[in-house]
Amino acid sequence: MAAVKPSLTEALPESVPEAGLARRALYYMVLQREVEDRIERKLYRQGKILGGCYVGRGQEAICVGVGLVAEPDDVLFPSHRDLGLFFIRGVHPRQVFAQYMGRTGGFTRGRDGNMHMGDLNLKLVAIISAMAASVPVAAGAALALKYRGSPNIAMVFFGDGATSRGDWHEGINLAAVQKAPLVLICNNNQYAYSTPLDRQMACAHVADRGPAYGVPAEIVDGNDVMAVYQAARRAAGYCRAGLGPYLIECKTFRMTGHSAHDGADYVPQRLFEEWGDKDPIRRVEREMLERCWIAREEVDAMYAAVQAEIDEAVAWAEASPLPDPATLLEDVYETPGPGGIAGC
Amino acid sequence: MLMTYLEAIRQGIWEEMERDPNVFLIGEDIGVYGGAFKVTHGMLDRFGARRVVDTPISESAIVGAAIGAGFVGLRPVAEMQFADFITCGFDQIVNFAAKCRYRWNAPVPIVIRAPSGGGIHGGPFHSQNPEAWFVHTPGLKVVEPATAADAKGLIKSAIRDNDPVVFFEHKALYRRVKDDVPEGDFTVPIGKARVFRQGRDLSVITYGAMVHVAAEAARNLDEEGISVEIVDLRTLLPIDEETILASVRKTAKAIVLHEATMTGGVGGEISARITEKAFEHLDGPVVRITAPDTPVPFSPPLEQAFLPNVDRVVEKARWLARY
Repeated sequence: MAAVKPSLTEALPESVPEAGLARRALYYMVLQREVEDRIERKLYRQGKILGGCYVGRGQEAICVGVGLVAEPDDVLFPSHRDLGLFFIRGVHPRQVFAQYMGRTGGFTRGRDGNMHMGDLNLKLVAIISAMAASVPVAAGAALALKYRGSPNIAMVFFGDGATSRGDWHEGINLAAVQKAPLVLICNNNQYAYSTPLDRQMACAHVADRGPAYGVPAEIVDGNDVMAVYQAARRAAGYCRAGLGPYLIECKTFRMTGHSAHDGADYVPQRLFEEWGDKDPIRRVEREMLERCWIAREEVDAMYAAVQAEIDEAVAWAEASPLPDPATLLEDVYETPGPGGIAGC
Repeated sequence: MLMTYLEAIRQGIWEEMERDPNVFLIGEDIGVYGGAFKVTHGMLDRFGARRVVDTPISESAIVGAAIGAGFVGLRPVAEMQFADFITCGFDQIVNFAAKCRYRWNAPVPIVIRAPSGGGIHGGPFHSQNPEAWFVHTPGLKVVEPATAADAKGLIKSAIRDNDPVVFFEHKALYRRVKDDVPEGDFTVPIGKARVFRQGRDLSVITYGAMVHVAAEAARNLDEEGISVEIVDLRTLLPIDEETILASVRKTAKAIVLHEATMTGGVGGEISARITEKAFEHLDGPVVRITAPDTPVPFSPPLEQAFLPNVDRVVEKARWLARY
């Protein structure tokens, strides 16, 4: 099996109302972009957000394109650059800002920060910092869905750097052997922190790794939300048909440093310029305007509405209480031992 | 009913699989082969390949998959072929499983079974007692039974628990220990030690295979007029401080005994708690008896010298009794 490069101009299935789909995609991408800009370019610099601060600028088409394919009960494992998935699942930006600010209104009530968030009710599993650790976990979720006879699948997101870790290889291999319904989505943004791809792997594409495990793989333009959507449909269809896992490599570029503290001086400026021209939001917006799927005023109104929503959400998050130190010992266990938690 | 430690674990898992269709097994060579120690023997025939999942040699994937299956409503029981190989799944256990509930309220109802311990000529990679690594990880529960009855009762509790449980099974006990296991659906609570043997003069706080070493030493010491109480911890995290302290307050002297190496071991933690919380009751120093800080050697004379034994316990107990 070789990596398949699909045609990017492939027609959407007739049943998909393209314009409506594009509108939804645009909305979620804009929402992700604007929320993350507020986080990274404002709140972080104001000192209102401490610690790590990861965004997906320039890569929004990947999580949004895949997220629009996912059924509500598919189990999603976002990486730290896939905020759009949370919005598609109905999360309000309030909760995201509160999470980043360490407030009780966040997903983790201040126990963890930034994109380390999840909600089992929404079938969103929180990442940990070790790259690719979610891959075997997602393989297990996929295995369990198959075990239960569920029509649902698991979808796991990771970067190019994560595919260097053993967990990635153990996870995809186990999923393949078990024919578990797992879509693996690589967000290949060409840098793992400061390490460029050619120092990360000697093969040309992450997709080349799929066939080594008996897993079909395809490469897609990760800045083209409709192309990502179509690839995700093929992948999800393959998994739902019981054929096993499927790997999608989305080629994109990280238009930021690794985290907000990182100026990314190690990235040649020309790459930022080159990829800036391929911005996924500008691109889909332009196409929609050209095809008269949306009017300029509607785009402007969308941005205005998103800004208003963000302003309100930030205010809400800032009003959300910081955690009470008295809650420090809670939720280590469902039922701690008779002596409680030691060390206090 | 009399049964071996191994048979007790097997029966406990079997009963839980009969009781709850969400319980399933995942590990290396656990299906057709029935597990390296045959703990899962016969389960493939009874429950099928769907519920007895043979995996590639991928400890990280075994633990990770167990966590993921737990998120989707299953109750996985993962087997590490030897506790020594648990290192390959370490990140999934200590960083993923242990922290989910605290971070984002996601329960991880998994059991990781790990055959541990020496005395079987396994050498440096088939004999270790790595419990202290996990005892140092909040969010995990760590269990190590010493008897068949506790093995069955605790494996059933572990499977029903909604937090990740690392379940150490001492390999040397699998077929050597045989005791009376209550009939019916019985469980032993996690987090509760028990007084294995009543005594007056000193307490031996221990767990796993060393409970039996302590018991033999206690019989010998009886003849010398030294009455030994033995506390079998059964659960190492969360630790049952109350039972330990009650015993020490009664006898005024404590030996902490374990097969794992000394530095950074569970014994240090227990002896610190005793001195912090029962100092005024003590009539002598808290004494640790452990393996020395070396890898587990292979050749029999070396391994025998490595493992704590009855003679060492008797000797230390005599010394302590003189205080």
